[in-house]
Amino acid sequence: MSNELTIKDLHISVQQKPIIKGLSLTVQPGEVHALMGPNGSGKSSLANGLMGHPLYEIDAGEVIFDGVDVLELEPNERAKLGLFLAFQYPTAIPGVSLANFLRLAVSAVRGKETNGDEKDRLIPMREFRRELREKMQQLGVDDSFARRYLNDGFSGGEKKRAEILQLAMLEPKIAILDETDSGLDIDAVRIVGDSVSRLVGPNLGVLIITHYPRLLEYIRPQFIHILLDGRIVESGGWELAEMLEAEGYDPIREKHGVKEEE
Amino acid sequence: MADSYYKDKTKLQKGHFSKEFLQKIAATEPQWMHEKRLEAYALYESLPMPHTTEDDIWRRTVDMRTQDYWRRTRRFLRALDVEKYRPSLPTNGEPSAVDVPETGLPGLPYAEEASGVLVQVDGQRQHISNSEELKKKGVYFADLHTALQEQPELLRDYFMNKAVTLETTLKSGNIAQHNKFDALHGAFWQGGYLLYVPKGVSVELPLRVYINMSEADQADLSHTLIIAEEGSRVAVLEENASTTSDASGLHSGAVEIFAGQNANVTYVQVQRWNRTVWNFASHRAKIARDAQLCWVSAAFGGRLNKMNQASILEGAGSHAQMLGLAFTDARQHLDVSTAQEHISPHTTSDLMYRTVLKDRSQTAWGGNIYVYPAANHTDAYQKNDNLLLSERAHADTLPGLEIQAHEVRCTHGATAGKIDADQVFYLMSRGLSYTQAEKLIVEGFFEPVIERVPLESVREELSTSITRKLG
Ligand SMILES: Nc1ncnc2c1ncn2[C@@H]1O[C@H](COP(=O)(O)OP(=O)(O)OP(=O)(O)O)[C@@H](O)[C@H]1O
Ligand SMILES: [Mg+2]
Repeated sequence: MSNELTIKDLHISVQQKPIIKGLSLTVQPGEVHALMGPNGSGKSSLANGLMGHPLYEIDAGEVIFDGVDVLELEPNERAKLGLFLAFQYPTAIPGVSLANFLRLAVSAVRGKETNGDEKDRLIPMREFRRELREKMQQLGVDDSFARRYLNDGFSGGEKKRAEILQLAMLEPKIAILDETDSGLDIDAVRIVGDSVSRLVGPNLGVLIITHYPRLLEYIRPQFIHILLDGRIVESGGWELAEMLEAEGYDPIREKHGVKEEE
Repeated sequence: MADSYYKDKTKLQKGHFSKEFLQKIAATEPQWMHEKRLEAYALYESLPMPHTTEDDIWRRTVDMRTQDYWRRTRRFLRALDVEKYRPSLPTNGEPSAVDVPETGLPGLPYAEEASGVLVQVDGQRQHISNSEELKKKGVYFADLHTALQEQPELLRDYFMNKAVTLETTLKSGNIAQHNKFDALHGAFWQGGYLLYVPKGVSVELPLRVYINMSEADQADLSHTLIIAEEGSRVAVLEENASTTSDASGLHSGAVEIFAGQNANVTYVQVQRWNRTVWNFASHRAKIARDAQLCWVSAAFGGRLNKMNQASILEGAGSHAQMLGLAFTDARQHLDVSTAQEHISPHTTSDLMYRTVLKDRSQTAWGGNIYVYPAANHTDAYQKNDNLLLSERAHADTLPGLEIQAHEVRCTHGATAGKIDADQVFYLMSRGLSYTQAEKLIVEGFFEPVIERVPLESVREELSTSITRKLG
């Protein structure tokens, strides 16, 4: 039960509009789950709601992680607990260098004690630099990346790699990857896929949101879930991904009586 | 004599800004200066205190209407009682009574890296040092009263004659033609300094000036005069600060900068008066042919600030970079008018002002680019961005262009917006607290200005001031 993420009958709405309509899912450390579903089915809303974006109202249900009621926590407390979301559309923060920001983030997430002098709480610069350089090399990103402003003027692919770099640095227990593969060229998908599968282990559970099986071929998920209209309508193994690739969502829509959104 | 006047404060009762006061200090100065003061005084007397919102130039100082039109109208200037404040008397270049400790004044550490240092407290020079380099190269750097004795011709030629004058002749109308506070300054100026850099001289290290107010009800009327002759190069870092957080004061200052032909001048002013100080200032620079001015203006303090800043691009090929940074909180009010006056062809100017507002503070920025008929091939840029950290803060931004020449490139823009919720969420989702996220976003917002500041020590100082203000 430790480090397990349990979602029970979760309901999320955005601006009074119900988006997630009763979703249950459990992710254990070491497991890889894939969440697939058509555009607008609510995948990103689920991810944002789990991370605590204020725009995504939790109407009902519970989310327990590491034995703690996550829904009561601020986003930064969720991060400290070991939750991580790689965003579908990472936000640009002009003027803030990736390295500066990441040093603060790593220090916050690793530091158990949050009071005291800020300088004391920061992880030593040399240690941080060394670790950052090492992880940047593994991801095949240029050294100049660290000095650039966070996601500002990054290409789509660069943004996604920066997300994975942060994932690697922050060492979460549960990571949600929201379409980290879209916008990447074939080589980049391989690099991201390899890096993530290297990170997956007994201490990391992953929920991968994607439209394409390509990334999943690098990180073989044990479980595949299909989200339709705010509900998980099918859960299964690799065969589900193959079925979707061959037939699309129509047979599933038909089976569950869900109309295609306009 | 002057000293005894200064000590005997009982003589300086209500109504210090009077003709009698000018008579008292007449003996310490050349006759022409006395006459100049009297002329300014006559203008000061004749001008009304700006009081109506119909006065286009002052309306955002007098009273800024906010989005909540009826409830939150504030009458800013009304609360000012000029006569409450006490101008200081000249020391006449005599050695100062108070010595500054080697370690510097509290909160104003000496930068080791300076070719000259001037410290002034309440209008009185406390310390001045000139490096061997300055002396060898013939650079003149002294408090203005000493300069009045030692360099009378220079002062007679330049002082309030060519840049900040009693009658502003700017074409861009956003700066008052007759400014009551310029007149006050002209009549009662006290303190400040003259920096004169001879032709072809390049000063390696910056000069540092600390202008402080310490006693309550003090009026600081410091005057900055920088004359950089042809082909010279110099940088000045000036800090205006209160030594206590609550001693109320009035600052009515003027800054005059002359960048001679092909000269390269950097002038930085960091204003950190406490939140009870009324702050009025006119800053004007004249830039000759092929000269370059890098001008950094940072404002953190003051209760109410009204500041005029103008770059006059007089010579062909001249360039002005105007960098502004302001951070207001509590009920601070900051009203800045800038002008980029392109008089000659092939002149370029680049203005970037960024303001962050906290609490119930309010700011107004009005900027004009004016391109004279002869100023073909002008390239002028102007941008003002405001970041509001609170629902109750308010920023007005009014860029303006007036172009009378051909083949001109002018770009301008202005923005004002709240802190972005998605940015905050992104940072928090990575473990940062709200406070940390806000701090990072604010620092990032100022970064484009700070990264353009040419001196590392200034960049650090500005970052420190920003951090302090974030609390
Ligand atoms: N911030 C928001 N503001 C308004 N509506 C939103 C917001 N976020 C999501 N929605 C709405 O919620 C629904 C689900 O959107 P969501 O982004 O969760 O879908 P998705 O499954 O991630 O789609 P995609 O595959 O295109 O990324 C959509 O109708 C969308 O318009
Ligand atoms: Mg999505």
